[in-house]
Amino acid sequence: MLTQRNPLGRHHFQHGIRHDFFAYGCCPCAKISVPRSWICNRLIPHAYGSALAIPRRFSGTEKLGRLASHLKLEAHVNNAIETLPRRECPALVITGRSKISWALAVRELWQYRELLYFLVWRDVKVRYKQTVLGLAWAVVQPLFIALTLSLFLGRLAKLPSGGVPYIVFAYTAMVPWQLFASALTDSSNSLVANERLITKVYFPRVVVPMSTVLGGLVDFTVAFAVLIPFLAYYHITPTVTALAAPFFVLLAALISFGAGLWLSALNVQYRDVRYTVGFLIQLWFFLTPVVYPSSVVPEKWRALYGLNPMAGVVEGFRWALLGTGEAPVRLVSVSVLAAALIVVSGFYYFRHMEDTFADVI
Amino acid sequence: MSSELSGSVAIHCEGLGKRYRVGQRQRYRALRDTISDTLRAPFRFVRQAFTAPIAGERGPEFLWALKDVSLEVRHGEALGIIGRNGAGKSTLLKILSHITKPTEGQAAIRGRVGTLLEVGTGFHPELTGRENIYLNGAILGMKRREIERRFDEIVEFSECGRFLDTPVKHYSSGMYMRLAFAVAAHLDTEILLVDEVLAVGDAAFQKKCLGKMGDVAHQGRTVLFVSHNLVAVESLCTRAVCLHDGKIAMEGPPNVVASRYLKEWIPSSTEIVYDDIATAPGNEMFRLRRACVRPVNGSRSDLITVRTAFAVEFEYWKLVPHSLFLDVYVYNETGILLFNTASFDEPPNPQGLLRSRIVVPGDLLNNGTHCIKFFVSLGGNHVVFEADDLLVFEVHDASSDLRGPYHGAWPGAVRPFVEWDTECIEARGTNDSKRV
Repeated sequence: MLTQRNPLGRHHFQHGIRHDFFAYGCCPCAKISVPRSWICNRLIPHAYGSALAIPRRFSGTEKLGRLASHLKLEAHVNNAIETLPRRECPALVITGRSKISWALAVRELWQYRELLYFLVWRDVKVRYKQTVLGLAWAVVQPLFIALTLSLFLGRLAKLPSGGVPYIVFAYTAMVPWQLFASALTDSSNSLVANERLITKVYFPRVVVPMSTVLGGLVDFTVAFAVLIPFLAYYHITPTVTALAAPFFVLLAALISFGAGLWLSALNVQYRDVRYTVGFLIQLWFFLTPVVYPSSVVPEKWRALYGLNPMAGVVEGFRWALLGTGEAPVRLVSVSVLAAALIVVSGFYYFRHMEDTFADVI
Repeated sequence: MSSELSGSVAIHCEGLGKRYRVGQRQRYRALRDTISDTLRAPFRFVRQAFTAPIAGERGPEFLWALKDVSLEVRHGEALGIIGRNGAGKSTLLKILSHITKPTEGQAAIRGRVGTLLEVGTGFHPELTGRENIYLNGAILGMKRREIERRFDEIVEFSECGRFLDTPVKHYSSGMYMRLAFAVAAHLDTEILLVDEVLAVGDAAFQKKCLGKMGDVAHQGRTVLFVSHNLVAVESLCTRAVCLHDGKIAMEGPPNVVASRYLKEWIPSSTEIVYDDIATAPGNEMFRLRRACVRPVNGSRSDLITVRTAFAVEFEYWKLVPHSLFLDVYVYNETGILLFNTASFDEPPNPQGLLRSRIVVPGDLLNNGTHCIKFFVSLGGNHVVFEADDLLVFEVHDASSDLRGPYHGAWPGAVRPFVEWDTECIEARGTNDSKRV
């Protein structure tokens, strides 16, 4: 049995023995050496009987030649590992109260990045299975909402749209809004939806809401890809300011992630959250300048308006792509602060509650 | 290389305890509870929302699922954990695998831990078999490279190769479980926590699973194995503990622990006695005094195994002069009627206290819980006395069976002992003749 990673990622183990990180083990025959990193990366079991256990400085043919001359490769590899300096590793201690530090939590999350990837991949794959339109739904949904809005609010109610056609005005805002709304809906329900995983397997719980937000970004990409020709049709060419757009996308994702942390953790304990989210998002929609420009808000309240971080996102995104007006710097900076507050507090609350998820869910 | 380490401590638990609020797993707080609380005590909602709901903090309705468990497991050991439902076995595994936190005490673990509390965790019905292998592997903590490396092995083990690109929702439940177990079985961590995952698939696949678990246990890896299959525990594990009401009730060699566990904690009613004729069940024609089931050559406390013959005895007051039919029905745990046997006392037995006895031969019943229905009639439809589930008893698996190394469940309602005889009709080459 060879070295494997500890789920907490604190140390690398070899049956409870820790190796020094930069060590290089060498078989007494001096033909096979084993870098420490291979052991960390769990290449060694794989390396049995393959050319991997031969040092890299040899070329491919040499490796094969040496491989042939090493009939008992396994023994050599074992010898090489034996020579690695080792010491007793500290054990992973489980108690009722202790929490791993933030730094370790981040490292642990990094360890589980593949799980994160697979959960995102699963969500994206499954989302449009057995649908006729498939990924096109990611476009149809915001587009139709924008059409409806432009008909009722643009044509009939004649809301101002800052000098661009109302539908462009609305769809440009719908794209980041839809990212936010769907990511928030999905992530607030994510822990409950993945109940089996929570109660049967260990992994950093934050992976679950995080994966739903990343999954939302895939839909966003599609909706965004349609946005560009859409703008071109209306003879709007994005300028350099468009380079700022990814920043606002990231901000929207972060806000939905932060709010998702809060709501998903609350949802574990209070199922009421599920019913509240739809309502909350609807309310939030009207507090966000999607159907109207933020200029309808009086100048002196404009900065305060940024406390709704989505206001900064939507205004910023629209500014970046449509180039209308001047940069909403004050609004956006307040929004960034508000978003940071949501994410940080969300993390705290989530961490505080996550130990009880498996018991309460 | 592993030999030098095989003696070191892999898992060390000290005073582990886990307290749950009664019904907590099922019940969650509705916001309206909290709101009504809030009206009574403002700000409590805020405080409560930030307080981790530690089980059982308020109110007396809590339950210690695990209490004061201290345990040491060394590297290379295979520890069997047995106990009745609700004894705390799964809770212990959940604590060790980090899924839930202990209320008190601590555990120290050295080495990578793999958990198999359930097979097929995270399987998605819409995804294909191939996709689910990757997904499930990642959920169990395997690296993508590891999964790729062992992919062919997994597919081969699962016997689902042809359907690899079919969504698993179209799989039969057997195929689904086989695929799920195959992924789980290829998880190679130093410490493996396994909870009752062998009961999947058909008999042939169960054999394969048991064999695989045996390989794991004998590879020198550390295994904690929770099972109701005592024979499997006996053959796979080097040591066993028995949990009872959240505490370690005994610890020792698997066979000793298993047999004591069977005697002390298996629920059964192998004897019923009614001394008083006035209150005994029955009527003016028939009253039951005693019923009991025991091995033919032994007392009631001895175990009935699949090999032993056992007797069922009834003592009753016969209060009418004419003949009575006595009927015994034997059911297995799934409610299948295995057989029925009847006696008709002709010429009629005398009135008074009588004893009837039947002997059921060994090598007939399969292992498992069986129950006996007792039925007395005058013939035809005239029922005199009827008692469902009068006696409940357990037929145990016998490990000293002449059926090879397999210790899993044998399917089927009965398990007769069948002679096998194989002879060579015509040898083909020197090598082959040996195999025949």
